[in-house]
Amino acid sequence: MTSLYEEVSVTPVDVPVRRVTITVNGERRAADIEPRLLLAHLLRQGFGLTGTHTGCDTTNCGACTVLFDGRPVKSCTMLAVQADGHSVETVEGLASASELHPVQEGFKEEHGLQCGYCTPGMMMAAKALLEENPDPSEDEIRWALSGNLCRCTGYQNIVKAVMWAADKMRASAG
Amino acid sequence: MTIDEIKIGGMGASRRRVEDNRFIRGRGNYIDDVALPGMLHMEILRSPLAHARIRSIDVSKAWEIPGVRLVLTGDMMATRNLAWMPTLSYDTQAVLATDKVRFQGQEVAAVIADDPYIAKDACEAIMVDYEPLPAIVNPMQAMADGAPLIRDDKENQPDNKVFDWDVGDREATDRAFAEADVVSKLELHYPRSHPSPLEPCGSIADFDRSTGKLTVYMTTQAPHIIRAAVALVAELPEHMIRIISPDLGGGFGNKVPVYPGYVISILASILTERPVKWIEDKTGNLISTGFGRDVYLQGQMALRKDGRILGVRMHTISDHGAFFSDAQPSKFKIGLMHSAFACYDIPSAHLTATGMYTNKAPGGVAYRCSFRVTEAMFFQERMVQAAADDLGMDQAEFRRVNFVRDDDFPHRTAFGFLTDSGQYGKCLDVGLEAIGYEQFLKDQEEARKKGRLLGIGISTMTEPLGAGNSREYDILGIKMFDSAELRVHMTGKAILRTGAKTQGQGHETTWAQIVAHELGIPADDIVVEEGDTDTAPFGMGTYASRSTPVAGAAVAMVARKIRAKARKIAAHLLEVSEEDIEWELGRFYVRSQPDRGVTIQDCSMAAYSNVPDGMEPGLENTAYYDPPNLTWPFACYIATVEVDPETGVWDVLRMVAVDDCGVRINPMIVEGQIMGGLTEAYAMASMQFITFDADGNCVGSNYMDYLLPTAWETPGFELHEVVTPCPHHPIGAKGIGECATVGGPAAFVNAVMDAVKHLGVRNVDMPLLPDRVHQAVTSGSDVSGMPPVRTDAP
Amino acid sequence: MYPSRFNYESPSTIEEAIALLDAGRGEAKILAGGQSLVPMLKLRFAAPETLVDINNIPDLDYHHFDEGGALHIGALCRHEDIEKSTSIAEGQPTIAAAAPLVADPIVRTRGTFVGSVCHGDPQGDWAACMIALDGYIVAQGPNGRREIPVKSFVTGPFENVLAHNEIAIEAVVPAPRGEARGAYLKLERRVGDFATAAVAVALDMSGDMVLRAGIALTGVGGTTIDASEAAESLTGSTLDADSIARVAELAAAAAQPRSDHRGSASYKRHIVNTFTARALSGIASSNERAA
Repeated sequence: MTSLYEEVSVTPVDVPVRRVTITVNGERRAADIEPRLLLAHLLRQGFGLTGTHTGCDTTNCGACTVLFDGRPVKSCTMLAVQADGHSVETVEGLASASELHPVQEGFKEEHGLQCGYCTPGMMMAAKALLEENPDPSEDEIRWALSGNLCRCTGYQNIVKAVMWAADKMRASAG
Repeated sequence: MTIDEIKIGGMGASRRRVEDNRFIRGRGNYIDDVALPGMLHMEILRSPLAHARIRSIDVSKAWEIPGVRLVLTGDMMATRNLAWMPTLSYDTQAVLATDKVRFQGQEVAAVIADDPYIAKDACEAIMVDYEPLPAIVNPMQAMADGAPLIRDDKENQPDNKVFDWDVGDREATDRAFAEADVVSKLELHYPRSHPSPLEPCGSIADFDRSTGKLTVYMTTQAPHIIRAAVALVAELPEHMIRIISPDLGGGFGNKVPVYPGYVISILASILTERPVKWIEDKTGNLISTGFGRDVYLQGQMALRKDGRILGVRMHTISDHGAFFSDAQPSKFKIGLMHSAFACYDIPSAHLTATGMYTNKAPGGVAYRCSFRVTEAMFFQERMVQAAADDLGMDQAEFRRVNFVRDDDFPHRTAFGFLTDSGQYGKCLDVGLEAIGYEQFLKDQEEARKKGRLLGIGISTMTEPLGAGNSREYDILGIKMFDSAELRVHMTGKAILRTGAKTQGQGHETTWAQIVAHELGIPADDIVVEEGDTDTAPFGMGTYASRSTPVAGAAVAMVARKIRAKARKIAAHLLEVSEEDIEWELGRFYVRSQPDRGVTIQDCSMAAYSNVPDGMEPGLENTAYYDPPNLTWPFACYIATVEVDPETGVWDVLRMVAVDDCGVRINPMIVEGQIMGGLTEAYAMASMQFITFDADGNCVGSNYMDYLLPTAWETPGFELHEVVTPCPHHPIGAKGIGECATVGGPAAFVNAVMDAVKHLGVRNVDMPLLPDRVHQAVTSGSDVSGMPPVRTDAP
Repeated sequence: MYPSRFNYESPSTIEEAIALLDAGRGEAKILAGGQSLVPMLKLRFAAPETLVDINNIPDLDYHHFDEGGALHIGALCRHEDIEKSTSIAEGQPTIAAAAPLVADPIVRTRGTFVGSVCHGDPQGDWAACMIALDGYIVAQGPNGRREIPVKSFVTGPFENVLAHNEIAIEAVVPAPRGEARGAYLKLERRVGDFATAAVAVALDMSGDMVLRAGIALTGVGGTTIDASEAAESLTGSTLDADSIARVAELAAAAAQPRSDHRGSASYKRHIVNTFTARALSGIASSNERAA
């Protein structure tokens, strides 16, 4: 983020603005924002993390799911100001520098995605599930993902993807 | 040392997807991810009323809001001849309303501002004075005497009729009915549904005044059709228009039509001299964009008492909304509805179709429908079930007795289609075996004695995929071929571009598999691009499951052209004549000395460094493919359910799917398509629909009312495969993407109907909501039409 | 999709929050879980001048049983906390039964029990549980605290009796008089759907005798319905086929459903009857098994 220049409006408008500092994927980031800005929009437009998607306007579809202090939330239904001082993890934070997260690998291996639009939110919800329940049954997976809609896959391969990831994570945990 | 085709990702390999690499990292490039310097944002103000005259529009307060750059109304569009635009069905559609609004959600004004929040603020500040008019909410109302005229903007439009059309042989069918032992009748409604891809529609229009070039990023399944349409509508030269379709978050036919938002964003960019981004919200998508279905059927079947179908009569009444805007082959007003009954050997059939305008969103042909084939096959299999019951015949046996025989292909149907190949009986056998048919019927009877309602439903069908041959198929006069361009580089790597546009079907993965099959180049060495009209060869896009049949064929053909040239190069390198050259995967060799050979990579290198005299260098080509016929996959779907008689709630016990789509390029991807389609089938059968109240208020314009099933409700699927190659397709493949959506709903509905038929019920129209099933169970009567809608809503 | 502008405050004490509500003169709204409020802001069904975000006020996220056996649920206790609570699973079966049925698993990580009751949606699940359990809301304002029974807390769709400068800090479920038994049955076509109809049943039992009963209905009226006549007819009774059928009939009669695209009024009434009977039969059989 350069401090060399930042263009501002010649006719500044009197709107409420707040400074927020959020740890995003392990990195502290700050922005001056209006309170009405949704968290999903700060992540996408403000921080350029466009992996988190928006797919509805009634908090149903879960495409926008991110981890907020480790728990899955629908980022379209949180105000960005509420994330001040908290940590947010998005799909961009799943892979390490050298490796994909097992959930990501599982989705590719088991054809758990087609158009890919629901996938980031689906994977974040799956990651949260596996952190709480490392050996979920099919029913437990379907239940945990029932806040995330998919139009393409019919869910069956998504379940297989999460199981694949669970197997791999348990194997490497030893 | 022959190359293992599966190892190089050739045909038959369940090759893991190339596109996944970016999607799983959140590095997809969907339309809302695209940001251009200086970009402005557009929001559309929509009509709250279904039918109303516009007395005035006051935009003055909107202009006062800081950050607003432009406010557009219909009158402003009209001065540029853009208030109306032609549709893909030779009608016209309002871009921004001028005289009247004709459906709830219709576009009335647009605001372009620095960010979408401000644009929305400004939309709220626009005052529209409406004079409400009575709304027409179904085709029967539209037909009634004295019905208000919806399309008073059109000359020579005295009523609300869109078309009357018919196909088949009326006299022969009448004779068949006269001879029938039994006539089976059924009336059905296929409710309005919506493709609702998770990602809604959008565009970014960028007109560069210095070059005169218009670039439009757009959620479109058919970028070249859009380029042609924009050239027509905006009167810009075709070579100065570039349409880029980026990654699409699903399409399902929703992203084929030209929507007003696209056109408005283009004008806005021209006027503001900035890029203008328009992303609709989910409500805008559900309330105004291309829906699917909404067709009524009166069906009759003439039967001989041994179970043979002698003739079929179908009369359909379709609800097209306020504008006839469907993307479908222009010759067929009701799409390919007349492909119904193609899997049965029926001597005569006649279809009459009436289309009506209503005060609802325009559309009808969409949602994985193969051009109304979803309706055709649902009507078919519901009529077949009713007919078998009327004859007292077993459901499977009735179908078997009437199937087109294996040796009867190519088969001319009563409606004039030519089906290509199939093993219908075998598919049915596989399905019945998998579900345990005989045992289930026994279990069902035992359960009934204890008051439990189990049911089994069969749906079998063949459907026409791969529109289509130039003799019969066109959209706006443009023939429905498709294309592929292949460029092989020196080191044997390649780039392939086609006129198709994937929305999740995996073309980046599967087209490379075809090239690997034809040339022996590893699929990983082939990059596939689609969607940019500046670089992709002209194609008609991806919808109606046409891409494997048409674009896939073009891919095979262009690869063969490359191979033909490479063969000449090989002969030159091996210093023999071409007649002495043999081919095996990836390699040419001398027939008499098989150890002497050159690889395809040797040939590609030579193409740039050592071509024979008289040959042009380079190794690239293009193929345009005009399919000789449609392809006809076959499916047998069988569902078992249990119905709770106290509540009407029904659960799926098992769902068996047997699909024959000929040769499968990538089995994993084929199965993914089937499971997605079965889920949509389950959704439409159980919960997913759009309806309207008497005033034309739309119920189903958000995800609280338009229900999509989650992982919890969606049943599991058991998939089986039969392979009957397509005789006329270069790689023997048939389409598959829409089969399960087409054939699936009837399996679920037939199963529930089977569970309650002993109570006297013959039909419950979709959606089979618990209330409706319960009503049928307790009354012993049919339940028809749409669920009631509250008219006293606040 | 885009809320209109508002001012935003994030107090760190309840007193600050109350002062902000007071200064807002009715144009300020509390933001807790936000899973009901933010969607309304996005659709512009709500446009308050100021949002008072209480998420930074410490020590409001509790739930516990006190020494007398009453359950206290703090203003920031999330649906998910209740769903995972072993103490509630053991001690308050009606609430335990409803918890997994509230919205969807992701919404449950943020949405709050107290916020949901305050929101006053006739489709809210918790209000029915609270009414069936004779629960109350503890409200705090500039002049101190008061207890408001949930039965009189919601006065219409999305309307409650809190003064503009009061905040609901806690929900309390009184200690059961005997063994707490209960159920929550909801007909939804898919996870996250509005209820076609739902029934909350809460019984305090001694052996097979019902000491106290509460029955409340979701989604079959302008507000949550207190099926008090049905509940009272169970007091002092045992659960048998006759009493169950009678109570189910009375519960159905208390419903005021409207026909809509989820179902006809008569169907919804029928579901109230069926679910009340199933809930009571379920309790009766588990009693038998325990006995």
